[in-house]
Amino acid sequence: MEEEVRLMKGNEAIAHAAIRYGVDGYFGYPITPQSEILETLEAEMPWETTGMVVLQAESEVAAINMVYGGAASGKAVMTSSSSPGVSLKQEGISYIAASELPALIINVMRGGPGLGTIQPSQADYFQATKGGGHGDYHLIVLAPATVQEMADFVALGFDLAFKYRNPAMILADGIVGQMMEKVVLPPYRPRRTDEEIARQCPWATTGRHGRDHRNVVTSLELESHKMEENNIRFQQTYDLIARNEVRYKEYHTDDAEYLIVAFGSVARICLKAIEEAREAGIKVGLLRPITLWPFPTERIAGLSHQVKGILVVELNAGQMIEDVRLAAECRVPVCHFGRMGGIVPNPTEVITAFNQNFREK
Amino acid sequence: MKKEDIIKAGTVVYERPRLLTDNITHYCPGCSHGVVHRLIAEILDEMDLADRAVGVAPVGCAVFAYNYIDVDWVEAAHGRAPAVATAISRLNPDNVVFTYQGDGDLAAIGTAETIHAANRGENIVIVFINNAIYGMTGGQMAPTTLLGQKTATTPYGRTAALNGYPIKMSDILATLDGTCYVTRQAVHTPAAVRKAKSALKKAFANAAAKKGTSVVEIVSTCNSGWKLTPDQSNKWMAEHMFEKYPLGDLKNID
Amino acid sequence: MAKIKGAVVIDINRCKGCDLCVVACPVDVLELQPKEVNDRGYHYAYDKNPEACIGCASCATVCPDGCFTVYRIVCDKQ
Repeated sequence: MEEEVRLMKGNEAIAHAAIRYGVDGYFGYPITPQSEILETLEAEMPWETTGMVVLQAESEVAAINMVYGGAASGKAVMTSSSSPGVSLKQEGISYIAASELPALIINVMRGGPGLGTIQPSQADYFQATKGGGHGDYHLIVLAPATVQEMADFVALGFDLAFKYRNPAMILADGIVGQMMEKVVLPPYRPRRTDEEIARQCPWATTGRHGRDHRNVVTSLELESHKMEENNIRFQQTYDLIARNEVRYKEYHTDDAEYLIVAFGSVARICLKAIEEAREAGIKVGLLRPITLWPFPTERIAGLSHQVKGILVVELNAGQMIEDVRLAAECRVPVCHFGRMGGIVPNPTEVITAFNQNFREK
Repeated sequence: MKKEDIIKAGTVVYERPRLLTDNITHYCPGCSHGVVHRLIAEILDEMDLADRAVGVAPVGCAVFAYNYIDVDWVEAAHGRAPAVATAISRLNPDNVVFTYQGDGDLAAIGTAETIHAANRGENIVIVFINNAIYGMTGGQMAPTTLLGQKTATTPYGRTAALNGYPIKMSDILATLDGTCYVTRQAVHTPAAVRKAKSALKKAFANAAAKKGTSVVEIVSTCNSGWKLTPDQSNKWMAEHMFEKYPLGDLKNID
Repeated sequence: MAKIKGAVVIDINRCKGCDLCVVACPVDVLELQPKEVNDRGYHYAYDKNPEACIGCASCATVCPDGCFTVYRIVCDKQ
């Protein structure tokens, strides 16, 4: 079937995109504000059409371990959850990363800590970009700002995950998950055949089927020098990803005297704020990281030579700002404006924060 | 007749199964794990399942099971083997998927995954080694530790007031509609080993025929943890464990 | 009258000297080496009375380490 233009929520777009991408399995557990992903998949019954397996697990813990098992067998598998549920998945994510398996994890963030609130947040930035679970590892973290990107990043996430044999995460916020927008859904593509999987994933635990050796997926290695070798290999993969896969978008940065850095739906609020600021004659630009890991360090470093100050706007107490500060290397003041608890700022608040930091000092 | 002549002219009535790798196991001398591994290797070969079998190893003493049985394996996080097996089985329905779990893995940290995989009737075999102790970590109390039994964390014996009661997981699993076969076996005598082998065979046949979840509990010894010799352990098991965990089928739907 | 005779071959370097085969043998064929040890330091099992073996494979059945190969032959009693 061809591509299709639809009006839908970001969460629904992820479900449709997954079916159309040819995902083999989804394993999830209900949690607000992302339950529409599982609900949409159950309603669409893709097992009748593409053969995709959809399963409501008994917990987030079980769901991520189902993803681990499915990924081990070479299948394109995914799970989704929201902040408290993603915390529960961290052990499994660490295992997936350590076993060098491709998988897609979606976090439609809500406010925390603890049970927190079901309202939007970006407070899981540290968790997503710095590892999250135990051990030295990284996820490839994609931050969608639109419903279209929610759909597009399913394909991008899986492509990158398989390219590098590393789990990818779509780190969305509750706004983009719940918001309805126009979205162009991609054409359907068939799921990979067993033969294609065997070719693409010679490491997969598919049963030996004549193979002269057994495949074992494990993250365990008790010999220290071998475990260090494993870690060095992981780091080489992360270096490669960091070199090749940094993605970001810039708005009005050509002549910018100040820079705002924001990701996800907050970047859209900031874009509006920038346009208003420019009408008032203040030359502000926006950089929106699309990959939160790898982070656009180099580009922000470059811009830090050009601008007089950087404002980082986030739905948290200041998380991405640490990466921006590392990039700016104290060349210019880097300030933070954030709301928490599920409150989303409007453009006027952003401008006020900008003025307080850079114009009224 | 000399031994050499018997070897030359006689028939082989038993040999090391082809699907056991050459690796020497890390298990303690006399550990039941070795016998159960051997039985699984024999069965997978006899049933011609080596190409379709995928094992899911636990965390616990059997964490290295994948080093010993020559089929594809995934090493799961502690307790999560049934969830891992669920996905492998659902996504690869032609595979015969089995988990191999100890009592801590299956009946403590993995209780939810075990019960729900069985309740969904996943077409998997769950091999449950119940030796009433945590072997790998040094002999601490397991959920199946008997009342009065001394372990590293119940040095004066398990008491119900402090630690609750030994859990009979197979009895619980037998009540679920998703299980087709739940049995409790042991491997302490040649006769028991033969029975356990037929039970395992039935379980693997069920999985291949997609009849639902089969659970084979093996009441086992941990002579290091119990601080007994292997032979003493077998005797202690028969004397004390079988009273709480009686052998035999708990459920068998043909 | 036919008589069944058996023989065992033990992979001594695999053996951990757990003694379970010795206990399981119905005709007292096996014993652990009282003094000698294998490469890994275990007093391994050996067939002290090989002529008594009936090839029942009880030893192999209880062996946790797959050390045994068991042979059997039916011969006429002389």
